[in-house]
Amino acid sequence: MAKKLTTIQKDVLREIGNIGAGNATTSMSQMIQKEITMEVPSVNIVTINEMMELIGGPEKLIVAIFFRIQGEITGTVYFILSLEEAQFFIDQMTQMNQLKLMDENNHLNEMAMSILQEIANILTGSYLTALADFTDLHMLPSVPYISVDMAAATLVTGLLELQTVTDHAIIINTKIQSMTTEDSIKGHFLLVPDPDSIQKFFHALGIE
Amino acid sequence: MTQIKKVVKVGIADLNIAKSPDVIRTSGLGSCVGVVVYDLNEQIAGMSHIMLPDSQLTKQTSMNAYKYADTAIDVLIEKLLAQHARKLFLKAKIAGGAQMFQMNSTSDVMRIGPRNVDAVMERLKRHQIPIVASDVGGSNGRTIEFDPSTGELHIRTVSKDEKII
Repeated sequence: MAKKLTTIQKDVLREIGNIGAGNATTSMSQMIQKEITMEVPSVNIVTINEMMELIGGPEKLIVAIFFRIQGEITGTVYFILSLEEAQFFIDQMTQMNQLKLMDENNHLNEMAMSILQEIANILTGSYLTALADFTDLHMLPSVPYISVDMAAATLVTGLLELQTVTDHAIIINTKIQSMTTEDSIKGHFLLVPDPDSIQKFFHALGIE
Repeated sequence: MTQIKKVVKVGIADLNIAKSPDVIRTSGLGSCVGVVVYDLNEQIAGMSHIMLPDSQLTKQTSMNAYKYADTAIDVLIEKLLAQHARKLFLKAKIAGGAQMFQMNSTSDVMRIGPRNVDAVMERLKRHQIPIVASDVGGSNGRTIEFDPSTGELHIRTVSKDEKII
């Protein structure tokens, strides 16, 4: 895989992140009845160790929900939240402050986990739907896989297939956050297309 | 003069060597396996953060040998011997190989943790290096740190207190 992208290729991938995350952000706003904004997506070619640094280091405790994408485009999409952000989501969805994702003994609550899985399912669904409409390429998410643990431990699983092909991954990273300052949600959507699929994106959008 | 203790870091799909008084650490082992091979008399240890079981899986023309159990362990031993570790005295401790995601899928990729552990054990056996302690499986990420002067492997997870093997 090429270790460099041209400016126009980067722009196209950024636009892919924009369209996907834009749609997901709208879904999220509706779901929690709060205004959500997104940053301009960043596109990086990184090693797996550099990817961990993007998230905040290999040991950072994160909530990661990932999906394998199947269809004309294959790859992995992650929805990543910090523990506090995930808890905020759960509070918003359940309208009560009883359901804790992690208790004092660091044990995870199954019900809370499944709420997060469902939220990620909806958001990733709208991310991929927008992308499929835009590129006219078929893509289907797997069931959601959730893990709350150290970043390196959780993120590697979704990259194993890619890792047999290349040491570098192209990551389209979109950060989202809620407008209100006091109870902010920040999340990451990471789209990591398999190397073949990058070419398909370029082809579908008229650049080579 | 007292020497300053350094922490030698090992990334993902990476390996490194440390000598006392330094310690060696790798962070966030999930399905990956951390392999420590050491010679306690010489106070030297090598650590490898292995991602995949078998270099036959690669589709790369120039692959990273540190990524796969078979090739990484070979390199690890070679490097230790080059730094005057003695093959007969080498011992191993391993940790990791968890299943991070609960799933019904029986796909090979999802069972990678146990496959990594099997591959590591097989390779160490081929080199006739005994595994004196291990902490593998489960569903937790692990950060491990090895002290070549004591032979202790410290294991930290998100949900439990530190344990030493």
